Amino acid sequence: MELAGIPVRRIGVRLAEGIDTTLLVLMLALSMLGFLALFSASYENPSRVVSQAVNLAVALAAMWLVAQVPPQTMMRFAVPAYLIGLAFLVAVALFGDVANGARRWLHVGVTRFQPSEMMKLALPLMLAWYFHKHETSLKLRNFGVAAMLLIIPLGLIARQPDLGTAALVGAAGFYVIFFAGLGWRVLGTLTAIGLAALPIGWGFLHSYQRKRVLTLLDPTTDPLGAGYHIIQSTIAVGSGGLWGKGWLNGTQAHLEFIPERHTDFIFAVFSEEFGLIGNLVLITLYMLLIARGLVIAANAATVFARLLAGAISLMFFTYAFVNMGMVSGILPVVGVPLPFLSYGGTALLTLFIGAGILMSVHRYRKLVQT
Amino acid sequence: MRGSEIRNSEQELHQFQMRVGVAGVAVLVAFALLAARFLYLQVLQHDVYKAKAEDNRISIVPVTPNRGLIVDRNGVVIARNYSGYTLEIFPRRVKNMERTIDELSELVDITPRDRARFRKLLQETRNAENLPIRNRLSDEEAAKFAANRYRFEGVEIKARLFRQYPFGDVGSHVLGYLGRINTQDQAKLEEDGVGANYRGTDYIGKAGVEATYEAELHGTTGFEQVEIDAAGRGIRTLSRTASQPGNNLTLTLDMRLQQVAEIAFGERRGALVAIDPASGGILALVSKPGFDPNLFVDGIDPQYWAELNGSIDKPLNNRAISGLYPPGSTIKPYLALAALETGKRTTRATIFDPGYFDFGGRRFRDDKKGGHGTVDMYKSIVESCDTYYYHLANDMGIDAIARFLGPFGFGSRSGIDLAGEFTGVLPSPEWKQKRFKRLADQKWFPGETISIGIGQGYHSYTPLQLAQAMAMLAGGGNIYKARLVAHIDHPRNGERREVPAELLQSVTLKRDNVEFIKRAMAGVNKEGTGARAFAGVTYTVGGKTGTAQVIAMKQNEKYEEAKVAERHRDHSLFIAFAPLESPRIALAVIVENGGFGARAAAPLARTVLDYFMLGKVPAGMEQPTPEDDAAADEELESD
Repeated sequence: MELAGIPVRRIGVRLAEGIDTTLLVLMLALSMLGFLALFSASYENPSRVVSQAVNLAVALAAMWLVAQVPPQTMMRFAVPAYLIGLAFLVAVALFGDVANGARRWLHVGVTRFQPSEMMKLALPLMLAWYFHKHETSLKLRNFGVAAMLLIIPLGLIARQPDLGTAALVGAAGFYVIFFAGLGWRVLGTLTAIGLAALPIGWGFLHSYQRKRVLTLLDPTTDPLGAGYHIIQSTIAVGSGGLWGKGWLNGTQAHLEFIPERHTDFIFAVFSEEFGLIGNLVLITLYMLLIARGLVIAANAATVFARLLAGAISLMFFTYAFVNMGMVSGILPVVGVPLPFLSYGGTALLTLFIGAGILMSVHRYRKLVQT
Repeated sequence: MRGSEIRNSEQELHQFQMRVGVAGVAVLVAFALLAARFLYLQVLQHDVYKAKAEDNRISIVPVTPNRGLIVDRNGVVIARNYSGYTLEIFPRRVKNMERTIDELSELVDITPRDRARFRKLLQETRNAENLPIRNRLSDEEAAKFAANRYRFEGVEIKARLFRQYPFGDVGSHVLGYLGRINTQDQAKLEEDGVGANYRGTDYIGKAGVEATYEAELHGTTGFEQVEIDAAGRGIRTLSRTASQPGNNLTLTLDMRLQQVAEIAFGERRGALVAIDPASGGILALVSKPGFDPNLFVDGIDPQYWAELNGSIDKPLNNRAISGLYPPGSTIKPYLALAALETGKRTTRATIFDPGYFDFGGRRFRDDKKGGHGTVDMYKSIVESCDTYYYHLANDMGIDAIARFLGPFGFGSRSGIDLAGEFTGVLPSPEWKQKRFKRLADQKWFPGETISIGIGQGYHSYTPLQLAQAMAMLAGGGNIYKARLVAHIDHPRNGERREVPAELLQSVTLKRDNVEFIKRAMAGVNKEGTGARAFAGVTYTVGGKTGTAQVIAMKQNEKYEEAKVAERHRDHSLFIAFAPLESPRIALAVIVENGGFGARAAAPLARTVLDYFMLGKVPAGMEQPTPEDDAAADEELESD
């Protein structure tokens, strides 16, 4: 078979070049589960599923493109990407759009976007680059600089206010620093300080953010607001039982008890219909995905590549853990989507670009430098 | 050297791989934690949650509270609620929207306007569960639909409370209006932590007192536990936590006075603010043209909205607090007082006015050709002699003028309980330096001080500021924060919270000086520029006319030429207070493009003062009453 004079086989080979089959299969499997839950959450109305399929196609294309870029080239983008992201964050703080109560959006020409989303990848990129540059002479001072690189965008995002994203970006940056080898003693001290500072941080929270935390402790105090989300999603999960109620049979979802059921709370829909077994399958898929990412990181050729790959793998973990924890009522309600399952194009794009980076790291693992 | 580097990097790699191992273990532990949680919920507690899900035939339905009433100082109701039926569509349950609406229109009257409004709502509020297609159904229409209800999946009849403003467009800028809660409002509510209290509420105060006192007026949402069937329809109410109605507001406003003032304006544009000098309470606050807040209640239709927004008259602008005008000659009494207080003038000192004042090679002319002759301070106010104030401003200097006028509230916000108040400009060298970017523009020229003396130049104030300054002069040196609300009452237990008068500034003025100025202002109405308007007045009243030049409008091409020409005429101003001893009212009137102050603004002030002082209803005007008393009959004041 030929297409425009080129054998289809060769096109296939070219397309598959640099694509890590394990990662791709795992991600597609997760996306398929997402379509099932989404279809159910949309009252069997396929239009949302179709639109998510378009999102997936775009994300796949982006992943393929990124997978073709060698890590050495990516390194050159680290500083500009970080600085541009930072500039955007400052711009948002100065003249961003206020939507949903927070200043998160920035108009660029005809479209608008959230610079904080960009930071999710730009920050680990920057930090990995920084540690790579100081690879041979790593001192505690370098970790101090790294901490500054982390804290500046973090502060800007937290101020928007968008604590959910701030936590995710912060986690991504922290993973790089952790993998770079920050001493255990320092880590321990920082954790202690962090815990001690919690009561102070409480004072800086907006009243609605405090309410979310308090609501977690006793959902019944706020039966019309956030507490309602937690109560209803917990019921959905618990009533799913071992085997689930079966696809399209979730009463919690279909009687509209679950809010945000396409996006942040899609796990409640999934869990109600597929039960503990479904949840374990889901967790297993995530673990395999993360494990594959960590293996890629461990075999990476350069400091930059391994730090970046490690941080991205753990980013997948953070998203999944925070979201499922929130839906099952052990973490406060923050706006974090469930990776590969929640409806929405931006998050999907970030995830697949992240996967593209992993694939590139894997492909160029044997490229010896120096 | 090289060897150690390699060893170093091997060591690093080893360390990294160990950390990867640690991370892997952490991931495992975290997921195990989740799995344990799932095990707990889905296996150990499964029976509990299964029962809950099955019992979850209980839906929590918010019970919307009644919005608080707004009444004027005499207890006249100016904003109330009535209940009515609405036909609502649940967009997500409707397969073919156009066809559904077409079919509905066979049963109930659905105008193209209703359709346009619905389409706009649908666009603006994407996630809305239900949106009204028709409001205020008649009983017959409601019955007709009820009989055919089975044909319409996703369409329901709801009983809802609507806001109603019995006085129509009278006082529209004070009351403001309600509008549907949009995404921004929703976000703001969430941030303020009151999002849950607005479940079930569709409308929110968008402007005026309705917006400022939203938190007082809204009330507390109750909720009902309703048993629902498998399709999610309500079967019966199991328990009910009643809603708490919003608090009632009593304004300082006198609605009848407001009405007299608005009728006196007729079709003319402008603003009037009347204040009680002893407390800062607003007695009337007019901005013309206004709008009918009732039209916003059902979700305003796009056509009317475009008319309001696109009109050259800017009816949505509250001119009383955001219109900026030069004060013209109404500034003269304050400058005279300033000169007395600072010792720059005595009341007796005279100048000779040849009809002009030469300064720096420029000739500043008096309005009166040939001049006023020999002029002392009394005459300068009564006849509004410009030359006298050219001299005075020049002698005092801009700094002293600005220092004296500042405490009267000129060029600073009054802090009135309405959003969108403008600051205005009290000209001074410091202001000019801040205002202009180019160094050459920043310098204050002595010639600029001269026109400041007659209320032109950079002066620009809101009508509210003019009224407040008048109140301060009339009250002998005290300025109170302007406010519209007198007290807030709990609708159930009658508990009352007074909004106390708040003294903002107190300037010590010599009694004799103030009395002199007040006498001169009384002279204005007896023998001066206001004499014609106040002929035969039976109470004591002080006043001052003013005429403000209009700055050429920009973007003229947008509007009709005839209209623009009319808009280049001077603005007509008048400030007044009454009675002379212990004044009860101080006001400022501006009639846009009304010409001389004596011609348009002074007679208008007379009409308002006659009503306030004597209860005299203007000739040719009936005793003012709410516009639609007929509508009040259908009112269903559900507690």
